[in-house]
Amino acid sequence: MRRVAIVGAGITKFYRNVQETPKELAFEATKMALESCEMKLSDIECVVHGTAPDAFDGIHMKGEYLSDGSGAFRKPYMRHYVGGGTGVLSPIHGWFHVASGMFDTCLVVAEEKMSSAYPHPAGAFLTIFDHTTEQPLYPTLIWIFAIEMNRFMTTYGYRKEDIALVAVKNKKNAMDHPSAQLPAEITVQDVLNSEIMAWPVNRLDISPTSDGAACIVLAAEHVARRVTEKPIWIDGVGWALDTAYWTTRDLYYPDYVEVAARQAYKMAGIKEPSKEIHIAEPYDPFTYKELHHIEGLGLCKRGESVQMLLDGVTQRTGNLPCCPSGGALGVGNPIAATGVMKIIEIFLQLRGEAGKRQVPGKPTCGLAQAWGDLMQVGTVVVMRS
Amino acid sequence: MEITEKMVLKTATKLSAEEIQKGKVLSVQWTPNLKYAWDNGPAIGRYLAELKNGKIIAKKCDKCHRIMIPPRMFCELCWVPTSEWVYVQDTGIVNTWVVSYVDWKAGRLDIAGGVRPFTPAVIEIDGASKGMGILHHLNEVDPWKIYRGMKVKAVWKPPEERIGAITDIKYFKPIE
Repeated sequence: MRRVAIVGAGITKFYRNVQETPKELAFEATKMALESCEMKLSDIECVVHGTAPDAFDGIHMKGEYLSDGSGAFRKPYMRHYVGGGTGVLSPIHGWFHVASGMFDTCLVVAEEKMSSAYPHPAGAFLTIFDHTTEQPLYPTLIWIFAIEMNRFMTTYGYRKEDIALVAVKNKKNAMDHPSAQLPAEITVQDVLNSEIMAWPVNRLDISPTSDGAACIVLAAEHVARRVTEKPIWIDGVGWALDTAYWTTRDLYYPDYVEVAARQAYKMAGIKEPSKEIHIAEPYDPFTYKELHHIEGLGLCKRGESVQMLLDGVTQRTGNLPCCPSGGALGVGNPIAATGVMKIIEIFLQLRGEAGKRQVPGKPTCGLAQAWGDLMQVGTVVVMRS
Repeated sequence: MEITEKMVLKTATKLSAEEIQKGKVLSVQWTPNLKYAWDNGPAIGRYLAELKNGKIIAKKCDKCHRIMIPPRMFCELCWVPTSEWVYVQDTGIVNTWVVSYVDWKAGRLDIAGGVRPFTPAVIEIDGASKGMGILHHLNEVDPWKIYRGMKVKAVWKPPEERIGAITDIKYFKPIE
């Protein structure tokens, strides 16, 4: 296997609803990524594209439809999709192409336009449930995540007012992110007082629906060293799926995230993740998810993530900053693009180019993670400077 | 290279809800009317037939001996075919639950107007292996008094109204 580096990055602004089409969003992010490393489309040998359900766009085979916005015209091109886990599967998919020796360069593009599904994209998710045993009960994603949050809370005795601190932290971090859709200075009380969606989930516990795109450029070592003085290496990748019989798993713990993380840590030679990972972007579509994932990633012991939050460890100035970007809760959650936004955050932080968001202490090892489908997929990437 | 606000602001143009609703931005709309006829296979097929009889049936793995609900023709953990059918109870305990003010389209329920919130739950079915749950609704209970471990029982539709569907169970209610 060859070493693979991220050498460039681009991202659009995230909004609830943008005028631009999905292809135009992909084009903007891709163009910015190529310009950031002074490469041209002709330098790119292959393209991978991450984008979530076709149902958002109402276009079947939307990967193919989006391909020319991603610069894939007459190039080897593949689309991948594992629900909310897609964005962090994207660099893994691109990594294969370059690590294998097949290609020296790869564009990794992730795009999501959720606003087309009208009046609300939540309705599009009814069809991810089993058609016979679950769809007749009209479930929503909010229900099942609230169901998971409640199991997590009742297992450890976690309190809603403590979990709400994740929203306070991430939305504040997002104040410094140029793409952010929902940056805000809020209090725990604001979260608790916000509209009940599906208790224990209130409105400010959830990331917004968003339109946006993000892109990174991958290169083999000999190309990366020519292109940039600060390549960021993809040193570990892992992903895993659990059973779709989600009601027969104990939802308090994401085993599949642990499996994915162990795979990535083994590849990166990491033995003590809580010490060796300096900075992390766990997936935070809901407040509790950041904590749930921190536990699954082994960044703390089971049942200790809330204490870690209360102690300030995961603040940007803490020992293990989590979601310094502002995360899905603050920057926004255009599904596939969110994962790549997180990859870009680690890329910029490790290069010392995160501007006002830069964490102190010159981190050299970071991690991004995403999650999705029927609460069953974990995708993990470990990066080093 | 730092990514700056100046760089990202030119990538996308914000639209407000008003601009769309008042037609300032032209758009087309499509309401899909897709229809499917799903084959449920032997396992779920029998499950549905038994629901019509007012019974819940599970399947047992010959290898790990898990009694699995919904029933399945192969154990996804042991990766072997299953053979034995096992009737389980129509009672169980609440594994986890929510009190929802929204419907499947994220539409708001008129809670202030007296509409009862949805209270979907994972219910561990008695007689199945520990942790084996199904998704269903709770009712005839104060939404705010549901608790983990609460004992519940299925409330069935009358036999003549059952069609062989998960909705032949109207909901689960607490056992006194």
